[in-house]
Amino acid sequence: MSATATPAPAKTEERIEHKGLLEVRGLCTYFKLSQGWVHAVEDVSFTIEKGESLGLAGESGCGKTTAALSILKLLPENGRIVSGDILFDGRNLTKRTEYGMSKIRWKEISMIFQGAMNALNPVQETGKQVAEPIMLHEGLSEAKALDRARELFELVGINPKRVMDYPHQLSGGMRQRAMIAMALACNPKLVIGDEPTTALDVMVQAQILDLIARLRRELDLSFILISHDLSVMAETCDKGVIMYAGRVVESGTTEHLFRDARHPYTRQLIRAFPNIHERREMVSSIKGDPPNLLEPPPGCRFAPRCDERIAGCDEVDPAAVEVTPGHFVSCHLFKEAT
Amino acid sequence: MAGDEQLTAPAPSADRQVPVSGGPLDRRAPTEPGSTYTGGRVSTEDLATADVTDGVLFKIRDLEVYFPIHQSFVKSLVAPEKKYVKAVDHVSFDVRQGEILALVGESGCGKTTTGRAMLRLEDATGGHIYYKELPVERFSQKTLREYRKKAQIIFQDPYNSINPKQTIFDIVAEPLEVNGLVATEREKEERVVRAINEAGLRPAEEYLYRYPHELSGGQRQRVCIAGATVLDPDVIVADEPVASLDVSIRNDILKLMVEQKEKLGVTYVFITHDLSLAWVISDRIAVMYLGRIVEIGDTEEVVSNPKHPYTKALISVIPVPDPLAKHEHVILSGETPNPVDLPSGCRFHPRCPEAIDACSEIEPTDVHIGGTHYAACIRLT
Repeated sequence: MSATATPAPAKTEERIEHKGLLEVRGLCTYFKLSQGWVHAVEDVSFTIEKGESLGLAGESGCGKTTAALSILKLLPENGRIVSGDILFDGRNLTKRTEYGMSKIRWKEISMIFQGAMNALNPVQETGKQVAEPIMLHEGLSEAKALDRARELFELVGINPKRVMDYPHQLSGGMRQRAMIAMALACNPKLVIGDEPTTALDVMVQAQILDLIARLRRELDLSFILISHDLSVMAETCDKGVIMYAGRVVESGTTEHLFRDARHPYTRQLIRAFPNIHERREMVSSIKGDPPNLLEPPPGCRFAPRCDERIAGCDEVDPAAVEVTPGHFVSCHLFKEAT
Repeated sequence: MAGDEQLTAPAPSADRQVPVSGGPLDRRAPTEPGSTYTGGRVSTEDLATADVTDGVLFKIRDLEVYFPIHQSFVKSLVAPEKKYVKAVDHVSFDVRQGEILALVGESGCGKTTTGRAMLRLEDATGGHIYYKELPVERFSQKTLREYRKKAQIIFQDPYNSINPKQTIFDIVAEPLEVNGLVATEREKEERVVRAINEAGLRPAEEYLYRYPHELSGGQRQRVCIAGATVLDPDVIVADEPVASLDVSIRNDILKLMVEQKEKLGVTYVFITHDLSLAWVISDRIAVMYLGRIVEIGDTEEVVSNPKHPYTKALISVIPVPDPLAKHEHVILSGETPNPVDLPSGCRFHPRCPEAIDACSEIEPTDVHIGGTHYAACIRLT
């Protein structure tokens, strides 16, 4: 990339007015299979402000990772954003070309990938992998980029001397720290963490979450946490979006979601996580299986598994209603607050 | 655990030969006080007539599992001292019949090795494991085969631990066949169907002739459990049985374990890194750190009244589904040291937020807190 490293939009592009730093509006992402289209993400909307942390949570297959990959347009070849807008800092990412996206990726939005064990190149020094985006986006020489990598290592709590270590020489926790260093390499505005602590030990998980919280404060980062673990989301995020079978079922502040959950799915999902500081009880599970997204059921996608199903649930798609300011629920049991 | 038993013992000298279990170098006495067993090899008759006394199914005493580190020839000339990974280092505890005992700890703490040693899937290099008062390390090959019908294991990954080319029926029937436990096809089918039903795949007939790839992760783990329970075992060592499963399915499997404990009387040794899951289903918890048990006791007691600084830290960092919960996190810095060159004194002292000078010198022994609750920390004395 040349000297125009400023994040200002290209001249030909008009600045679009939208909410927050990132606004996702009615996003639909489908995957093409030989049997048809998998409706992986359907009509998903959320907003994240500058410096805010948002959790995207749900069970596997709910579309949370697909939604995140859509933001960066890193979908596999058979995936397509069918409709909707992804508005980031005055620009519409869905309209961007691959070249246009390459200037946004890592420079403005970066990602911490799932599974630090496999996301790093095993035959390249870790520091060089951290330096690569710096060389690419900022046009620095390798030596200077490596200096920056050392600073980043320091920032995330790895001894800068280990910059030339190969991934296998680092522990799982350190590899995850290196992944975070890599995500921060070009001072992005938004970092997406896809299950950044899954597969780590609890103590290491606590260290990494603590690190992310500190970096967010120091660097004024916006952070999207993708996690199946609602407990982790409760402890790290300001806001949350609960997804089920490709749709948003409930969204709001974490206080809304965990203290005043309305959607039957959200309530059941929260009860599935033990709270070691409360009375001991058996955790509950949700009966049935998520629907096949090749042919999603009509109406509410959770209806077939829902205990509180009423007439119409399996016919009409529930629209999102704002039950309290900022707290949205997509369920026929709720009406707009008056 | 027996009150007079200590969790710890003096560290062995590093240059000692590590004997193979039951082999000519085994320095262990064939019997030890507390065991009624006297004699040499344990025969199948001994096993058949053995019975549980005082409700204790397993007694683990001073168990030690060391793995030698293979050095290059040149290195062995320069530094002839042999080094060992001390995966399990003097661990003592009891497993009571019909309980769920959770072995909890971070990776590398020796919880899996302990579980495997109980089934003699790893040979202990020291100490004893008594199953119904019989020393497991003295089982003959024939006895061992009989023993393994009674003591089963479930692995973490249900995707790789069952044969993808076998039907569910064949997978569950195999243990019956190799052990020659069924006389007729009809009996075999009955037992397989019963085990699959008990594992929660109902109706079993619908699953019998399917292949593993047709099942979800949770269903596969149920097949693994059916494969273990089809032999009517006394004990199942469950090694991280839910670590790779989604929350809802995870909870189903946990419920199934509790159900089998209650209905079939199966004893579970539940190995997990997740203390909150151990808290949900176990009767007792043993917290391990670097090859030692640092705290053991009734689950509620250990969680609500943790005494060891490691247990306290571990409990404090467990995320809870409540954004307003205000509890202080005790985040330990660094990572578990490698189990080759262990810290002197208490092996937790370099990371311990409450360590005093003496901690680097004195090896802690277990301190009786009350009831069945013990913790190994010198500051508790």
